[in-house]
Amino acid sequence: MGNATLQFLLVLMLLFVVAVPLAKYLHLAFSKETTKLDRFFSPFEKLIYRVAGIKNLEETGWKKYSVSLLFANAALLGIAYLLLRLQNLLPLNPGKIANMEPTLSFNTAVSFMTNTNLQHYSGETGLTILTQMIFVTMMMFTSAATGLAVAIAVIRALSSKGKTIGNFYQDYVRAIIRILLPLAVVVTLFLVAFGVPQTLDARTTVTTLEGNTQNIALGPVASLESIKHIGTNGGGFFGVNSAHPFENPNAVTNLLQILAMWCIPAALPITYGMMVKNRKQGWVLFGTMLAIFLVMLTVIYCAEQAGNPALNKLGFSSAQGSMEGKEVRFGIPLSSFFTALTTAATTGTVNNMHDTLTPIGSLVPFGLMMLNNVFGGEGVGFVNLLMYAILAVFLAGLMVGRTPEFLGRKIEPREMKLIVIALLIHPLIILGPSAIAFMTHLGTDAISNAGFHGISQVVYEFTSAGANNGSGFEGLGDNTPFWNISTGIVMLLGRYVSIIALLAVAGSLTQKQPVPETMGTFRTDNATFGAILIGTVLIIGALTFFPVLVLGPIAEFLSIR
Amino acid sequence: MKVIRLAVVMIVILGLGYPLAMTGISQLVFPHQANGSMVYNDQKQAVGSELIGQSFESPQYFHGRISSIKYDGAASGTPNYAPSNEEMIKRTKEEADKWLAQNPGKSVGDVPLDLITNSGSGLDPHISPESARFQIPTVAKTTGLSNQQLEDLVKKHVEGRVLGVFGESRVNVFKLNLDLHKLIQTKA
Repeated sequence: MGNATLQFLLVLMLLFVVAVPLAKYLHLAFSKETTKLDRFFSPFEKLIYRVAGIKNLEETGWKKYSVSLLFANAALLGIAYLLLRLQNLLPLNPGKIANMEPTLSFNTAVSFMTNTNLQHYSGETGLTILTQMIFVTMMMFTSAATGLAVAIAVIRALSSKGKTIGNFYQDYVRAIIRILLPLAVVVTLFLVAFGVPQTLDARTTVTTLEGNTQNIALGPVASLESIKHIGTNGGGFFGVNSAHPFENPNAVTNLLQILAMWCIPAALPITYGMMVKNRKQGWVLFGTMLAIFLVMLTVIYCAEQAGNPALNKLGFSSAQGSMEGKEVRFGIPLSSFFTALTTAATTGTVNNMHDTLTPIGSLVPFGLMMLNNVFGGEGVGFVNLLMYAILAVFLAGLMVGRTPEFLGRKIEPREMKLIVIALLIHPLIILGPSAIAFMTHLGTDAISNAGFHGISQVVYEFTSAGANNGSGFEGLGDNTPFWNISTGIVMLLGRYVSIIALLAVAGSLTQKQPVPETMGTFRTDNATFGAILIGTVLIIGALTFFPVLVLGPIAEFLSIR
Repeated sequence: MKVIRLAVVMIVILGLGYPLAMTGISQLVFPHQANGSMVYNDQKQAVGSELIGQSFESPQYFHGRISSIKYDGAASGTPNYAPSNEEMIKRTKEEADKWLAQNPGKSVGDVPLDLITNSGSGLDPHISPESARFQIPTVAKTTGLSNQQLEDLVKKHVEGRVLGVFGESRVNVFKLNLDLHKLIQTKA
C-alpha cells in the first residue's frame, strides 16, 4: 500500500515536471506571432507546404477549417485502405504476410485515422514491417495532429474575437513538426536504451535451453511505441500491446510510456489558461480532471490488489492481488495505473488484459471511457471537457436565472443545440449498436466469457470504439464482418460528429461581442465551478450508462463474491 | 489534390524517414537492445532473449508462469479469461494441485498466485521471488543440488524494484535457469 502510494505520487510529480514546460511550449508553437521557434522549424514547414502544394495559410472560419480537416483525413483513410489491401505486394515483407481482407482493412484504416487503434488483427501476423511503419506509425502522427489542431483552434476561438479560428494545414503541420516528431525522437531513443527493439528484421530464431526452437517476432518497435503514447493512439506493434516484454520491458519503459501519453492531455488545460489569459481557469479544469482520475485510480488499485473474489473464496492467496492477465514486472500498482490512465487519456494501450480485470476494477476503464473527458485523447478530450464546462455554466445559469456566459461570451440556443448533439451522440453510438449486437447471433457469437461478463465484453467493445480508445476485452472474437463494419462506423461517428460540432461552437463563440465582467458574472475560475463541473460530468456522463454497468460488471461482481 | 500530396509527404517523412533514421541510430548506439537483447552461449549461438520468457517443462528447471501460447515468441496472447470464468478457475485449481503434490504439507493458500496464473503477454519472463523459492525443493530433488545452493542462486537473481520504488521485485526464469544449467554441468 505504502509503496503503491509512493509510486503514484512520484509519477504525479514527474507529470508536473514535464507538463508545465510543455504547456508553455505548446503556447509558443501555435502562436500567431513570429516566435523564436519559427527560425528553426519554418524551413521544414515551408518545404512541406511547397511539396504538398499548399499556398494559402490564411486563417479561415470554422467551416473551411472543418472541410480541410475532413479532406485531409479522408485522403489518408483512402491511402491507408489501399496499403492494407496491397501489403503483400509491397517491399519489406519478410514474414510473407498476406493482404488484409476488405472489412478488416476498413476497420483498421478507420481505427488508426480516428485515433482509436482498436485492433481486430494481431500485429505479429497481420501487418508487414512496411505497413507497421508507413501505415501504423505514420497514422499515429497524423491522427494525433488532427486532434491537437482541433483543440488549438477551439481555444484560439475562445481567446480571440473575429470570424476566423485558424488555418487547419498550419496547425496540423506545426503539431507534427514542432511537437509530435521531436518528442517521438527523444522517447524512441530512451525506449531503445531501456530494451525496446528497433530493427527491420521481422523475426529471429533461437534454440532454447531445453533444446526447442523459439521464433521471436521483432521489428521497428520503439519508433512506433513512442508516438503510440505521445499521440494517445494505443495500437500495439504486437498483439498484446504494452504487456509484451518487447514493447514494455520494465518499470522504466512503463514510466516513460505513462508520461508520454499523459503529457499533452495534461498540458493542454494549462496552455488553454495561458491562451485565454486566465491561468486559474486552466488549473481549475486540470484539477477537475485530476480529481476524477485519482478517485478512479484508487478504486481500480484497491479492487485489483484485493484479488479475484472467485479465487479468494477457494482459499487462494490474495497477497499478490489478481495476477491473471498481468505481468510480474509491473505488479498491481503499475498495472492499475496504466489501465486508469490509458482509458482516461483514451490511449487504449494496455499493459495488462482488461478482460481479466476484477469486476469492480473493470468499472474504472468503463467509467473513464464513458465520461470521455478526464484528460481525454489528444486534443479532443480537452475539448470535450470544455463542452461540459459550457454545459455546467448553462445549467448554473438556469438555476440562478441569469444569461449564461463563458469567458465573457453569451451561451445561446445555437451553441447549446450543438453541444447537446455532441453529448448525445456518445451514449447513442455505444448503447444502440450494443443492443443490436445482443439481438443477433452475429454479435453474441463473439462472446468468449459466458454470463454477465459477456455483456461487459460487447459493451466494452462499442464503448472503446465510441470513445476512440481502442483497448478491448480482447477475448471477444471481433474479427468478423459484423464487428469490423459496426465498430468502424461507431469510430467514425465518435470522432467526427463531436469534432465538427465543437468547431461550430467555437466558430460561433468567436464572433460574439464579449460581455464585460461585472460583480454579477458567474466565475468559472474557482473551486465552486470545479465542483459544479464535476457534478455535471458525473450526472450527465455517468447516469446515462449506469443501467448497462449494472447488467455487466456489477452483476458479475454480485455473482462471484 | 493537395490533400493527397500532403498525405504522401507524411508517409515519406513519418512512415519512412523517421523510423528508418531511428533504426539507424539505434543499431549504431544500442545494438544489443535494438536487436532484442539476445543472450548467446559460449559457442556464440543465440539461446534466447533476456526479455522473452521460455517454456520450461523439465522438472530440473525452474518453471515460469502459465502461457496459453506456450511461450511462442512469434505470437503473443492470453485466453482473456474473465474473473468469473469456470475454465480459468478449474485451470488454476489444477495447477495449484500439481504444485501441492510436489510440496507435501503446503496448502492452496501457500502457492504464489503468479505461478498458477496466465500472464498478460504469454511471454512474461519473470516470476516473483516467492514463486522461485517455492520451487526450490522440487529442483533440489531432481538436480541433486542442495537447498542452500539453490537459495543462493535464486537470491543472486532477484531483481529489486527500479530505484527501490517502481515495479515489483522479480526473478528472470530464463537467466536463472541458464545459471542453474551451468551449475548442474559443473557438478556432473
